[in-house]
Amino acid sequence: MELNAISIGFVVFTIFTLGGAFGVVTTRNLFQGTIWLMVSLFGVAGFFVLLSAPFLAAVQILVYIGAIAILITFAVMLTRSIARIKERYIRTLPNFIASLALFLILLLGVTIPIFGPHSPASIPEYVASTRDLGAALVDENGYVVPFLLASVLLTAAMIGAIFIARDETT
Amino acid sequence: MEELCTGLCSILVESGADAGLALFLSLLVGVLLVSGVPLITVILLIWIERKVAARIQDRIGPNRVGPVGLLQTIADMIKLLSKEDITPTAADRVLYNAAPLVSFASVVLLWAVIPFTPFHYGVDLEIGALYFVAIASFGTLAIMAAGWASNNKYALLGAFRVVALLVSYEVPLVFALLVPVLLAGSMSLVDIVNAQNAMWFVVLSPLAFVIFYISSQAETGRAPFDLIEAESELVAGFNIEYSGMKFGMFFAAEFLHVFTNGIIMAILFFGGWMGPLYYESPLIAFAWLGVKGGLIYLTTLWLRNTVPRLRIDQIMAFNWKFLVPLSIANLIVVSFVLKALQELELAPRDILSASFGDLLPTTVILLLFNGAMIFYLLGILRKRGREARRESQAARADFAQPAPVAGH
Repeated sequence: MELNAISIGFVVFTIFTLGGAFGVVTTRNLFQGTIWLMVSLFGVAGFFVLLSAPFLAAVQILVYIGAIAILITFAVMLTRSIARIKERYIRTLPNFIASLALFLILLLGVTIPIFGPHSPASIPEYVASTRDLGAALVDENGYVVPFLLASVLLTAAMIGAIFIARDETT
Repeated sequence: MEELCTGLCSILVESGADAGLALFLSLLVGVLLVSGVPLITVILLIWIERKVAARIQDRIGPNRVGPVGLLQTIADMIKLLSKEDITPTAADRVLYNAAPLVSFASVVLLWAVIPFTPFHYGVDLEIGALYFVAIASFGTLAIMAAGWASNNKYALLGAFRVVALLVSYEVPLVFALLVPVLLAGSMSLVDIVNAQNAMWFVVLSPLAFVIFYISSQAETGRAPFDLIEAESELVAGFNIEYSGMKFGMFFAAEFLHVFTNGIIMAILFFGGWMGPLYYESPLIAFAWLGVKGGLIYLTTLWLRNTVPRLRIDQIMAFNWKFLVPLSIANLIVVSFVLKALQELELAPRDILSASFGDLLPTTVILLLFNGAMIFYLLGILRKRGREARRESQAARADFAQPAPVAGH
């Protein structure tokens, strides 16, 4: 791989993503774990930038860091004695095997199509813009059905949340 | 690489520098300029803020250091720098020290997409408006981290309030932000300014501007939304444990954020650098942006110094029961009306090349719809105000009954 801005960026964002993920699983402090999670998600946003998808990068930061991670932080802060958890989760071996198997499956799933009988996917000349993305979401030949389904699902989830959280007495 | 190399870079190449080095140097100068402007501005802003606050409270304000106290901020800075830098022993060291940096960076990074003149901007992102919202979420994160890492209950309480406030008010902010995006047909801030060539968006959608103004006042945590700091309840809120320049960074970030919001509003609703003679020179264009941003900034100072602080339940009720439904309704109305006008061939398809005459029917009709919404809203507000007044009078008249605690 030649050394240019993109490859340097790739290395930096890989360090962010994997380092953050490592931090999440090793730290014993839940709040710090959340911060590590944000670092990892930030790295993923960087990958989107490298892939010429600035819209997805901004959405990644907005939704995952700005909303979900903040929500997790909130939940963590409302939990008692978050910083001093003494209990250790000791079933390490099954976890280790399970995550190793998952990692191998992902590794093979990603690498076999590249080095296998298939030719490496060529990079398309045309880079889709945000406008294309928006049009594809509401185009009947595009993703309008999944888009509507997701909307209905989210609305249902929201109504469900309100129903559960509602005080019965009032 | 050739097309990137213009201006300073091409001069460097002609005088015999290496092409890559020349590009790097010219980009570096650009980055330093874009990040330097806010850093210099904030020194002046603190002076302006203190002077305005003083005048509103019938005081003189800073007047000892330098002419009319102009050097006061520099003296304060030296004081802050020379103070002992304390880190509480029970604090989370890394987060505690990183939080002020992230807080300040979250504001300075916004300046990367601000179009100063038709030709001068850090970068013209296709997703400029979304970038603005995404970067703002780092500010929330910084305050949260500061509040938690200080290991102080007042700081943590302040941080809780911040998250509740900022996350809630982000919703109407984004919905109001979508209106200029919708009208311009682009999220790029440069395109949004260009689209206001014929008509400022504040005329097309005054309601969106008001919503944006209120929510950005809340996002900066200024009165009446200043319960982040709430001196009388929380001592100082999330930054209670900070001293020296670390406190200074939170302080400067807040002041700069207010001015940045003024500039952003000038860009989104008041045509940015558009104004008489802006095409003559970039300096005139830059001055127009500064004047518009500065005027909006002054109104926020005025508001900050004249209104009292609201309770958290009042602020939340105002946001979720009033501002959020209103901003959603506003967005729906504007998008439907605009689309209908486009289908009826009354509105231009391409706003960038539209003249004043082309846009006149759109303006009048959108204004009418906005006026109808505002009229309806004022009716609701008047009714609610009357009910609240009646309740409080009833409570006062009846001595045996204690006054209702909540405001409804």
